[in-house]
Amino acid sequence: MADVLKKVPVREQDAKVRATNFEEVCYGYNKEEAVEESQRCITCKNAKCVEGCPVSIDIPSFIAAVKEEKFEEAFQIISKSSALPAVCGRVCPQESQCEGKCIRGKKGDPISIGKLERFVADWARENGIKPAAPSEKNGKKVAVIGSGPSGLTCAGDLAKLGYDVTIFEALHKAGGVLVYGIPEFRLPKDRVVGPEVENVKALGVKIETDVIVGRTVKLDELIEDEGFDAVFIGSGAGLPKFMGIPGETACGVLSANEYLTRNNLMKAFHEDYDTPIVHGKKVVVVGGGNVAMDAARTALRLGAETHIVYRRSEEELPARVEEVHHAKEEGIIFDLLTNPVEILANENDWVTGIKCIRMELGEPDASGRRRPVEVPGSEFVIDCDTVIMSLGTSPNPLISSTTKGLEINRRQCIVATEDTGATSKEGVYAGGDAVTGAATVILAMGAGKAAAKGIHEYLSGK
Amino acid sequence: MFKILEAEQLSASVYKQVIHAPRVAKSCEPGQFIIVRVDETAERIPLTICDYDREAGTITLAFQPIGVSTHKLVALKAGDEIADFVGPLGRPSELVTDDFEEVKKKKVVFIAGGVGTAPVYPQAKWLHDHGIECDIIVGARTKELLILEEEMSKVGNLYLCTDDGSYGFHGVGTAMLEKLVSEGHHYDLCVAIGPMIMMKFACLTTKKLGIPTIVSMNPIMVDGTGMCGACRVLVGDEVKFACVDGPEFDGHKIDFEQAMKRAAMYKTEEGRRLLKFQEGETHHGGCGNCGGDK
Repeated sequence: MADVLKKVPVREQDAKVRATNFEEVCYGYNKEEAVEESQRCITCKNAKCVEGCPVSIDIPSFIAAVKEEKFEEAFQIISKSSALPAVCGRVCPQESQCEGKCIRGKKGDPISIGKLERFVADWARENGIKPAAPSEKNGKKVAVIGSGPSGLTCAGDLAKLGYDVTIFEALHKAGGVLVYGIPEFRLPKDRVVGPEVENVKALGVKIETDVIVGRTVKLDELIEDEGFDAVFIGSGAGLPKFMGIPGETACGVLSANEYLTRNNLMKAFHEDYDTPIVHGKKVVVVGGGNVAMDAARTALRLGAETHIVYRRSEEELPARVEEVHHAKEEGIIFDLLTNPVEILANENDWVTGIKCIRMELGEPDASGRRRPVEVPGSEFVIDCDTVIMSLGTSPNPLISSTTKGLEINRRQCIVATEDTGATSKEGVYAGGDAVTGAATVILAMGAGKAAAKGIHEYLSGK
Repeated sequence: MFKILEAEQLSASVYKQVIHAPRVAKSCEPGQFIIVRVDETAERIPLTICDYDREAGTITLAFQPIGVSTHKLVALKAGDEIADFVGPLGRPSELVTDDFEEVKKKKVVFIAGGVGTAPVYPQAKWLHDHGIECDIIVGARTKELLILEEEMSKVGNLYLCTDDGSYGFHGVGTAMLEKLVSEGHHYDLCVAIGPMIMMKFACLTTKKLGIPTIVSMNPIMVDGTGMCGACRVLVGDEVKFACVDGPEFDGHKIDFEQAMKRAAMYKTEEGRRLLKFQEGETHHGGCGNCGGDK
C-alpha cells in the first residue's frame, strides 16, 4: 500500500519536449491511478471541500463512486453542479479551493480532487456519456450573452430547468476565454472544450455565434423585439490594459489578449491557418498572472527566448503555483522585482528593447502585499524584439453603454447582487468577469449558477 | 454560414459582393464596418460596408484582395457561403449620430481614394436621403481603378480625378479640393477615406485650408470588439482602439507615420502565407523566410 499521506503523482509531458509543441502538458490519471487516489478520501460527513467549491460539487459522493469504479455515476453527480468538469479539472485553482480545504491536507497531501474530476469527465467523454437530459420545456425564453464559463453554466442550468435558452456569442466560436485565452497545451480545444460545449447544447441550449450584443442587436431589442423573458450578461472582461509608458504603440508590442487570440482562437501556430503571429526571437512578457504565464509559454513554444518581467517578488506572483512551476521547468526566465519604464524601438518603430528599473519591497499596501518601490538609478535595458503586455483586462462597455438603466461602477463593471446576479434593470442578470473584473473560470461559473437560480426565481414568480 | 447573393468585379483590383446577413443589415449605419472569416482556416478580416438593404437583409462589400483570406473571398461566387460575417463594428459616422439640425447646416466634401470610395458611398447616400447636398471627390491612379461612378453621381456633386489624367481631372484628390476651394467653394467638414498615404496628404491640405477633417482608419485587427488592442492608433496624445473608439477620427490629430509602420507589422508573415496559398503544392520555399526548403 502506498503512503496515504502522499497523492498519486500525475504523469506529465517532459519539459524539454513540451517546450517545442502545443500538446497538453499534463496527461491526467488513468483508471488505476484515479481509483488509487480516490481511496485516500475519507468521505467526510461535513465535507469542507464542498464549501471550497464555487459551484458546490458533491465531491465526497463523486469520489466514493470512483472508489467503486462507478465512473458514469460519478459523472452524473458532478454534472448536477457543473457543466464543464473536463475544463475545471484542468484550470481551476484547486489548491485554494476544494483541495485547500481538504482534511487530508492538514497532514500530508490533500486529495487530488481536480485530477479526479478531470479523469471522470474525460472518461465520460471517451465513453460517450452525456449529462442527463432536461425535463419538459416550460415555454419561457432566456437570452445568455457570451458563451464563456459563466454563460455556459447559466445556460446549462436554465436548460435543465426547462427554459428555452439561446446564447449569443460575439466571436465565431463558442467558449469565450476557454477558446481564445487559455492555450491548447493547458486546455485542448477540439478534444476538451468542444465536447463540453456540445454537452451544453445537448441540454437544448441554442448558440448563435457572430452576434455582438450592443452592436449587432441591442439588449433591449432582445427583450422587446425577440421576446426573451430574461437576459443573463456573461460578456467577460475583454479589454486589455496597457501601462501607458513611452513606446507602447511600437510594432512588436502586443496585448496578451492579441497574442493569445491569434494563437488559440485563430490557430496561428498551425501552418494551415492564415492568421499571422509575431515570431519573436526574444520576448518579454510583462505581468505575473496566469495569462502572463500562458503568453510566455506560448512564445517559448513558438521558438523565443522568453522572459517574464514582474515588479514584485516570486511570492507575490498572482499566477497559480503549478503554472509558475511549469513555466520554470520549460525554461522561462523570471526577471522579478523589475518594472518597465520605457519601450525602445528602431527607426522602423520596431521594438529593440525594454528599459526597466529594479524594485524592492517596502511596506504592505492596501492589498496586504508589500508595495514595490523603485531603486533610484537602477535602470537597465533588456534587449528584445517583442513585448507582450499582460496587465489584466477590464469589462467591455459595449453592452453597458447601449442598454438603458443598467448600472455600472467606476471600473466599468456591471453592478449585480452576488447571490442572484440581479442587476439594476428588471429581468437582466449578470455574472462573471463582466461583474467582478478579471477573475477565474470557476468563479465565473459560480456566478452563472447563482444567476440561473436568480432568473428561475424571478420567472417562476411572474 | 452566410450566403453570397451577388459577386462581380468592379475594377482592375476591386471586387463587389452582396452578402445575406439580416442581423447586420438591420442595425448597421454609415461609417461602420464588418469582419468576415471566409472559412475555418481563414483570418478574420475587417472590411468596409459599401451599401446595405434593411428590407432584403443584405450588405454590399467592395474590397481589394491583399492577403490569403481576401484572395479566398474573391474566389467565391454567387451562391457560395462564407463561414462568418459579424458586425456592424465601430461607431457610426458623426454625420449620422450628431444633432441633425447641426449636420444640416454643414457643407460636406468627401475625398475618396481607391477602394476607400466604398465606405464613402453610404455616408454620401445618407446625406442625400436626408436632403443634404454634398460634394464628392473620387480619385484613383488611373481610369480602370475608378469605382462606383454611377452610384456616386446620384447622391452628390461628383468630381472624378486620376493621377495619370486618363479620366476626369488630371491630378490627385487633394489637388481637386484645392481647385474647388480656390474657385470659391466653402466647406465646413471634409471626410477623407482611402489609403493611409492619401488620408495623410488630404489632412495636410485641409489643415492648410482650415477645414475640419474626419478620416476612417483601417488598422490591423483580430476580433473587432475591443479585445485584442491590435488596432491602437495615436490620436493626439491618446491611444485609441479603432474598433471601438473609431474607425473615424479627427484626421488632424492622427499620427499617420506611426499608423503606416504599424500596418506593415505582419507584412513578411502575411506575404509568406500568401505565396504558399498561391503556389499551393508547388510552394517549396527558396525565399529563405519560411524554411519550406529545409
